[in-house]
Amino acid sequence: MSEYALEITGLKKVYDNNVEALKGIDLKITKGDFFALLGPNGAGKSSTIGIISSITNKTDGNIKIFGVDIDQNFPKAKSFLGVVAQEINFSQFEKVEDIVITQAGFYGIPKDIAKERCKNLLKKLSLWDKRHDQARNLSGGQKRRLMIAKALVHEPKLLILDEPTAGVDIELRREMWDFLSDINKKGTTIILTTHYLEEAEQHCNNIAIIDEGSIVEDTSMKELLSRLSIQSFVLDLEQEIQDLPNLSIFDLKSQDPKTLIATLTKDDDLNTLFNKLSEHGIKVKSMRNEQNRLEELFIRLVKEKDGN
Amino acid sequence: METKELIWSIITLSEKELRRFLRIWVQTLVPPAVTTSLYFVIFGSLIGPRIGAMDGFDYIQFMIPGLIMLAVITAAYSNVVSSFYGVKFQRAIEELLISPMPNWAILFGYVVGGVARGVMIGVIVFLVSLIFYPNFEIANYGLTILVLFLTSIMFSLMGFINAVYADSFDDIAVIPTFVLTPLIYLGGVFYSINILPDIWRNISLANPMLYVVNTFREGMLGSSDVSIPLALGMMFGFIILFTAICLYLLNKGIGIRQ
Repeated sequence: MSEYALEITGLKKVYDNNVEALKGIDLKITKGDFFALLGPNGAGKSSTIGIISSITNKTDGNIKIFGVDIDQNFPKAKSFLGVVAQEINFSQFEKVEDIVITQAGFYGIPKDIAKERCKNLLKKLSLWDKRHDQARNLSGGQKRRLMIAKALVHEPKLLILDEPTAGVDIELRREMWDFLSDINKKGTTIILTTHYLEEAEQHCNNIAIIDEGSIVEDTSMKELLSRLSIQSFVLDLEQEIQDLPNLSIFDLKSQDPKTLIATLTKDDDLNTLFNKLSEHGIKVKSMRNEQNRLEELFIRLVKEKDGN
Repeated sequence: METKELIWSIITLSEKELRRFLRIWVQTLVPPAVTTSLYFVIFGSLIGPRIGAMDGFDYIQFMIPGLIMLAVITAAYSNVVSSFYGVKFQRAIEELLISPMPNWAILFGYVVGGVARGVMIGVIVFLVSLIFYPNFEIANYGLTILVLFLTSIMFSLMGFINAVYADSFDDIAVIPTFVLTPLIYLGGVFYSINILPDIWRNISLANPMLYVVNTFREGMLGSSDVSIPLALGMMFGFIILFTAICLYLLNKGIGIRQ
């Protein structure tokens, strides 16, 4: 069996209106990975996911899921796959429980087993109390969690999450990530697309960035972040300062009397910064990145591709 | 998929389809009973005695098979067209496309839903007709049941094709309103084509509904305006043709995949 959960080779998609959504992309995702597939709107993410999950027809190229070519044995390949689509894709008039059990049935899972799995999933995703409600009565966040339950009920080995946390409040988002991290640790390969880049940075090991139908970056998260040559930190001070200290080697700006913005290059040392600030009687209460690091890189990579 | 898994997936989809129209039974099962009762009251009890006998039967008795077919055709067609277009509209079709169910199994599940509703409606309308004509006796049970099922299958498949091509709710109403209903009404539901002038009689013979309605009437009353072997052959032929079209559309992803 292949060492890859997903292998994409030369994938092309040209829509009927002649829009070339994918220009022959290659991508390999190893088993057990938590992988981020990022890109601006209209870059080709949804087309890629649509083709993998057979919602969209491909124009050319090959896709293997756990070594099974979708052109040769699509049913087998599909049995490995669970997809949480970007838009709600269940009947709004059915009961929550029925939606999950029916989805299991489409994979040939008998009702007694499906019921048990449905119970576990709905409990883990805090939807058990809603099991008898019609889906249309759920909130936006509950609907997204129902989509996750539906995608996991046949216990897929590869889970694709297309914007899973859109519209989900912070607390539930955290619970959702804990749950997803847990199933990833247990062996499920996860591919994530999201506009919340801090989530991708926090959870994903590897990353690909797609833009205008081509992969512009395909590397590990660590490697990508290490390319960040400049980082800006927001320093919250214990006491107000009147004048900005001159630290010569650091670029410091004052946001307000109690907040400084320090820009450090890759070679700069945070300890030296703190020591220098102490020498001037300035104590730092807390510190955070001014902008998400991945976001900075993402914008830069996409701009480079556009030639800006 | 293994055979057991495949069978279970078909049972699941069929159950889902049954659950759908039973959940909204006021919309799906009651209206045909009400409409048919009105037909029996107006055309059977009030106007019927003035019309007299049709092909040697009381007019109300003559109407019963035609009205059952009218209800069965409409029910089977509209069940599949609205259900499949509904899942397309709500994107719930993705649940099926993502799953490993083969296309023929998806089609089978939807046809089971259409046939179940068609047959159920057929039985309901027949029971209603017994209120107005209690002495009705079925001439040929085998043929009656066979035609009931063949008709439901045929029009379920037609509904499926309509749903695949439909892009709006208007598209699912056009064929039933402007094609199916006129053809059924002119297909011998209310009269025998033997009472028509030759030219209209010959034109009527080109209406496929005439063969469906008359084969059913042969089963229920033992009387028909058309050749039964020819009519059954046509029905089987149409079922094979429509099945092939449905599978072609599903395999190509027309109207379903981008």
